[in-house]
Amino acid sequence: MQKTVSLTVNGKPVSATVEGRTLLVQLLREQLGLTGTHVGCDTSQCGACVVHVDGEAVKACTLLAVQADGHSVLTIEGVATGDTLHPMQEAFRNNHALQCGFCTPGMVMSALDLVKNNPNPTEREIREYLEGNLCRCTGYHNIVLAIAEGAAVMRGEPAPNVYGTAAE
Amino acid sequence: MATIGTPVRRREDFRFLTGGGTYTDDINRPGQLYAYILRSQHAHARIGGIDTAPAQRSSGVVAVYTGQDMTADGVGGLPCGWQIHSKDGSPMAEPPHPVLAVDRVRYVGDPVAVVIADTLALARDAAELVNVNYAEEPAAIDPVAALQPGAPQVNSEASGNLCYDWQLGDLAAVESAFAKATRIVRLDLANNRLVPNAMEPRAAIGEFNRATGEYTLYTTSQNPHVIRLLMGAFVLHIPEARLRVVAPDVGGGFGSKIYHYPEEAIVTWAAGKVHRPVKWTAERSESFISDAHGRDHVTHVELALDAQGKFLALKVSTVANLGAYLSTFAPAIPTYLYGTLLAGTYTTPAIYCETKAVFTNTVPIDAYRGAGRPEATFVLERIVDLAADEIGMDPAELRRRNFIPKDAYPYQTPVALQYDSGDYAATLELALKAADYQGFESRRREAMGRGKLRGIGIATYIEACGIAPSAVVGSLGARAGLYESAEVRVHPTGSVSVLTGTHSHGQGHETTFSQLVADTFGIPIDNVEIVHGDTDKIPYGMGTYGSRSIAVGGTAIVKAMDKVIAKGRKIAAHLLEAAEADVEFKDGKFTVAGTDRSRTLGEVALTAYVPHNYPIDELEPGLDETAFYDPKNFTFPSGAYIAEVEIDLETGQVAVVNFTASDDFGRIINPLIVAGQVHGGLAQGIGQALLEGCVYDKASGQLLTGSYNDYAMPRADDLPTFALSTNTTLCTHNPLGVKGCGEAGAIGAPAAITNALVDALKPLGVRHLDMPATSEKLWRTIQQHRAPIAAE
Ligand code: FES
Ligand code: FES
Repeated sequence: MQKTVSLTVNGKPVSATVEGRTLLVQLLREQLGLTGTHVGCDTSQCGACVVHVDGEAVKACTLLAVQADGHSVLTIEGVATGDTLHPMQEAFRNNHALQCGFCTPGMVMSALDLVKNNPNPTEREIREYLEGNLCRCTGYHNIVLAIAEGAAVMRGEPAPNVYGTAAE
Repeated sequence: MATIGTPVRRREDFRFLTGGGTYTDDINRPGQLYAYILRSQHAHARIGGIDTAPAQRSSGVVAVYTGQDMTADGVGGLPCGWQIHSKDGSPMAEPPHPVLAVDRVRYVGDPVAVVIADTLALARDAAELVNVNYAEEPAAIDPVAALQPGAPQVNSEASGNLCYDWQLGDLAAVESAFAKATRIVRLDLANNRLVPNAMEPRAAIGEFNRATGEYTLYTTSQNPHVIRLLMGAFVLHIPEARLRVVAPDVGGGFGSKIYHYPEEAIVTWAAGKVHRPVKWTAERSESFISDAHGRDHVTHVELALDAQGKFLALKVSTVANLGAYLSTFAPAIPTYLYGTLLAGTYTTPAIYCETKAVFTNTVPIDAYRGAGRPEATFVLERIVDLAADEIGMDPAELRRRNFIPKDAYPYQTPVALQYDSGDYAATLELALKAADYQGFESRRREAMGRGKLRGIGIATYIEACGIAPSAVVGSLGARAGLYESAEVRVHPTGSVSVLTGTHSHGQGHETTFSQLVADTFGIPIDNVEIVHGDTDKIPYGMGTYGSRSIAVGGTAIVKAMDKVIAKGRKIAAHLLEAAEADVEFKDGKFTVAGTDRSRTLGEVALTAYVPHNYPIDELEPGLDETAFYDPKNFTFPSGAYIAEVEIDLETGQVAVVNFTASDDFGRIINPLIVAGQVHGGLAQGIGQALLEGCVYDKASGQLLTGSYNDYAMPRADDLPTFALSTNTTLCTHNPLGVKGCGEAGAIGAPAAITNALVDALKPLGVRHLDMPATSEKLWRTIQQHRAPIAAE
């Protein structure tokens, strides 16, 4: 059973022919070549696949491609402006909140969703919000710092820059 | 200009933060097919026959292969890289490890057949039509039970399921010390089985070029050259020159992506058969039953002390589970990466360790972050804490009395290692102060008022890192050398490519190694490129594991840079019409000493490649040098960790309220990256202590914890903010003074947490807790120990 879907991805209209069982994450990765969205599990628990659909964070492994028909999807590829990182991405870099980078796209997309709903989250709120995102590398310590810093910058406050500045 | 020691932000982050990383599953090759691997659902069964005909006829299917097909084509078994000998001198039992099971399956997940089709969905559909005729047999699951007479036999080559019965140390010396002891402390404990769970599932793409006869394997590997060697030489018999192995960005490994796995050989071989690229990507539930697991020890330990609390001798007896087959490094883990670490940070003069390694009908077990050293540290730091409790001494004080003093280096332990440097007492004091150890009792009382049992636990650790010295590991049973290589290629205009045999799966080598080069050559970091992960580009090298990259790989880079500078001085001397001895290299310039006459590295490089004015009779053109570095010794990072926990008396819910880590990693190149390594290791160590446990049904051999529904991964709200500090003593035998930091957290944390839990529960009379100490286990423990009090 094949069906053609039309949706907006990172601001651009796209259409593709998918099977009924095709997941949104498969459409993004395999048909649209947007491999920044990752698959880390088969039980919808790791959050490596988080994207925004109509502005809401969604695990792209839990949505069928046909369900995204007519909707607007934002993936990690659409977050930066050209070569300028979004303040949340910049905060991840500044706080070494990624190591292997595999969980990172989902973490950033989740962090943006958190800050949209709660612009000034406490450490506890950040940790609880990350319930649906697994990272095996960082121990979350720096991800929590990064989200707090990203949120601060998005509120227009200066970056705390916990780790200081390197010699050039 | 010195970037070394400063928190340089990572160069690799831009691509990872924008979705621009290239992991194996992100790669798609033209004409690519998809492999689905059919796996055994039985822990142990004979294969009566496999009917693949209906699957072959299924829509979109290109081929279906079984173990028989591969064997008939001359495909070899998966080799083991290490050989251990038993007490009696006999070599370990080494059963064959077929790529696809041939006549017998030996664990749930054992690969049985591969279906190759146009899409993954079609391959999976067709796999349901493969009819395997299994005759189920009883399975050996529990490692201790597997050694009992009459236990089901996993491999006919390993009688009684014993792989080896190994020993280390002087038993007679230990026995005589025990005879003189004033106190002997005994404990039985287990080190829980873990699933590594790198967030990127393993994947592999095989490709064959008919025109050239060349094979390419893209794989999620920590060490592409090792895979090329093992798969090319032992399994598929493809000469190195016709086999390229590429490991692109790798999404975490923690040991689990060291080994040569069946799927790598399957896709490469199959690509040669179907003449199209073949791709396989694990689903997470498949990772649980096909990635090598870690730990799984059962141990009895005895510590003898004198009246002053000095350790006189230590005796350790361990049963180590190996799973159904020998994975690449497996035999070394419960022996030379375990028994040799049992001196820890202490002067214990006599130590004896014996390890029985046993086959069971479970997934193969191999190194997982720390590999042997967390097991050794857990044994030692638990028995030391128990000893402190039994003799009524503060556990910090008991450790102080037994530390190897800082003026005792080089220090020869009774279990083969020679430590080169350290200062354990100072590191412990640093941690005690940071954790406000003194003030703990008032925090305990305050918590009690809130219905919480609060406890504090110390663990110190030592680890042998920089896994290398070829001569040493060779004498210990390694079948390979463990040096590292680097090529430093200065380009004509002075930018630099470094080709390294190590590989990054999250460690940030592109940044750390660039700092080394930038500081040494006096050039901006942006002028340095780090190349790794492709056997067609990099010199033969051993890869990344055992916290070896900076200590071994970094030193190889330093040595190659030294050669570049030595040649550059000759060229500069010619250009400057000076004696070579008068030319010095500093801040990116070759200068005639005492003058302002100089040439930049870029000018010298250009001359080397455009040798019009060049000492061509004495020197070859070019500025491109390779070095191999084989260290004299391991490095010995060490540290002291202090955990503080609170257990809810009513629910057993546990919170890690403080975690203090003080480490000695030698010189630190990038403190940001080092802190990240410690955080991640601590999370895995705390995960082992509190949450993670891989459980098999002891009768059926089914994996009960086969997904994130059942296997508890540490999440952000399970963990505290960590308090880190470092106390540095330099490694004495590498030029950078570096020791390595990748595994420390996972080594020290389990014992620190467990000691804190036992301390919290001490008022109830609890003496020991096995990991993982889940809330349920804690609740049950509290109930059991409370009951007698209530009855009184
Ligand atoms: S892949 Fe979607 S939650 Fe894991
Ligand atoms: S950075 Fe590797 S899983 Fe999060």
